[in-house]
Amino acid sequence: MKLSSGTIRLIIPAASLVLLLAAVFYMQPRAMSYTGLNLLFNLAVPIALATIAQMLIMSVNDLDLSMGTFVSFCACVSATFLQSSPALGILIFLGAIAAYALIGVVIYVRDLPSIVVTLGMSFVWGGLAVLILPSPGGTAPTWARWLMTAKPPLVPMAIVASILIAAVTHCIVMRSSFGVLMRGVGGNDRSVERAGWSVLGLRAATYALAGFFAVLAGIALVGLTTSADANIALRYTLLSIAGVILGGGQFVGGKVSPIGAVIGALTLTLAGSFLSFMRISPDWQIGAQGAILIVVLALRLALNRLEKREKSE
Amino acid sequence: MTLHHLLMAKPWIWSFAATITVWIVTVLFTGGASSFGLSQAALTFAAFSVVVGIGQMFVITLGPGNIDLSVPATMTLSGTLALKLMDVQDGMIVVGLLASIGIGLIIGIGNYVLIKALRIPPIIATLSMSFIVQSVAIWSNRGLRIKPPETLADFATSSLFGIPNVALVALILSIAAWVLLEKSIYGRWISAIGQSTFAARMAGIPVDGTRLVTYMLCAVLASVCGYLLASFSGGAALNMGSEYLLMSIAVVVIGGTAVAGGNSNIPGIWGASLFMFLVVSMLNTYGFGAGFRLILTGLIIIAVILLAGGRQSLR
Repeated sequence: MKLSSGTIRLIIPAASLVLLLAAVFYMQPRAMSYTGLNLLFNLAVPIALATIAQMLIMSVNDLDLSMGTFVSFCACVSATFLQSSPALGILIFLGAIAAYALIGVVIYVRDLPSIVVTLGMSFVWGGLAVLILPSPGGTAPTWARWLMTAKPPLVPMAIVASILIAAVTHCIVMRSSFGVLMRGVGGNDRSVERAGWSVLGLRAATYALAGFFAVLAGIALVGLTTSADANIALRYTLLSIAGVILGGGQFVGGKVSPIGAVIGALTLTLAGSFLSFMRISPDWQIGAQGAILIVVLALRLALNRLEKREKSE
Repeated sequence: MTLHHLLMAKPWIWSFAATITVWIVTVLFTGGASSFGLSQAALTFAAFSVVVGIGQMFVITLGPGNIDLSVPATMTLSGTLALKLMDVQDGMIVVGLLASIGIGLIIGIGNYVLIKALRIPPIIATLSMSFIVQSVAIWSNRGLRIKPPETLADFATSSLFGIPNVALVALILSIAAWVLLEKSIYGRWISAIGQSTFAARMAGIPVDGTRLVTYMLCAVLASVCGYLLASFSGGAALNMGSEYLLMSIAVVVIGGTAVAGGNSNIPGIWGASLFMFLVVSMLNTYGFGAGFRLILTGLIIIAVILLAGGRQSLR
């Protein structure tokens, strides 16, 4: 059986997730249950959604440094407006998604570096979040709370949600014609342009879609935490980038993998639990997370070499 | 047309024009009373951004994808360990400086080993590295706040002929960096690598060596900045570097260095650093709340980029 290169690229993230999970089960057998799994992966859902959003931006060769503050902003809106007056909340979210599309257009039209524009936007979203919730507070909308704490039979919600996110985004990015064009913009935007497509429109749509997933991440986060504050998701910027890379995505060339990105997000979440089960002193937890990142990427390099050798034979 | 050419040839003019505008607006608001204090504060705080900004600029010049995210962690670790080593003794000042330079060298080498040996994209390699460095800093700091040696603290907080000493240090470092960039073969090499790594390799430039030196240089500048900042603020804190991550990138780009690499600009870093500080103090003077201040800072950054970016698309 011949494996496609896309499948091979998924093996390492999947294998490292399984390995990490096995280690966690070995150290804490009680985690091997419905509740255990749910607790382990609960926080992965918003991270997975943010990672997908970052992946969409990366598929057109850009990078979004405002992801963390934007998700925080969305969480603040969810805990306030979306809860008290849903119509206004939805309107704000539509405006935010339109702002994302506009950023995509401006970056392309003026040929600006995406990291700087999104860096500037991160101040804007952060400021808006502070204006909405100057101190931690707010209440999660009942339905978001219900959705995130739902207990489907057999498989915990966190797993169901992750699979659902992976499946839906796989269809959008890998199976739909829009997804092909989007990745085409990342690969070679000039040839997409010459084939008669509007790169401008495609980039706007990609950014809007990324904004949409980031909004979902904010709602999911508030559904879990029940309240929000302006700094709730700041670390999502770096987590989402690391998740995409861990899942086999690349910074340039439109090479991304939605399933990989979700697996990457799950791996990063699990790494945190793994370290607390290892009873590593809190001083070294961040460092160990960095080390895990390095080890997984080193494994990927080894596999890439293997793949290349097979090709040349 | 000549003016237009001048603007295209000297992209740093934009950041200085913006700085002067903001300075005038702020001073006008306070009726001229604050002009000296404001200038001194701006020079002091800009100096720290300039030092880290120069290091980041060298890395960004190497071309797309090159960026150093370990700057804040390096600053923290260097500040923490140097102060611990000096232990308030004046005689240890030089030893502390050498130690912080050594820390920078080690982190720089570590960064490039990850990038080269494991072929990890620089953004992720330096991020993972910064996690580890941050952990070492947390472990060694233990929440204690050690004071800097008195002479060093005096040096960092006083000024010479009205110019803060830290600004003078930053100026000396900038001149050295300018010579390195414009007049030395190393400077030509990094620009060449930034414009086309492939062509640079074909031309016989030692690409890997040059990149290694660049990452080391960036880490050393970050650790020297951490040493100065810890001495200036009377002790190292675990979060002392955090704002310099975005700052170091922002000053480089606003200063007119091409993000795609191969074209860098040192005067622009000064303009951008002063500008970034003055914008915040202007918004403070006008009495905006934290939320509005952040929003306006963001919008002003984007506006400057839009203005400055336009000149590239004219070509």
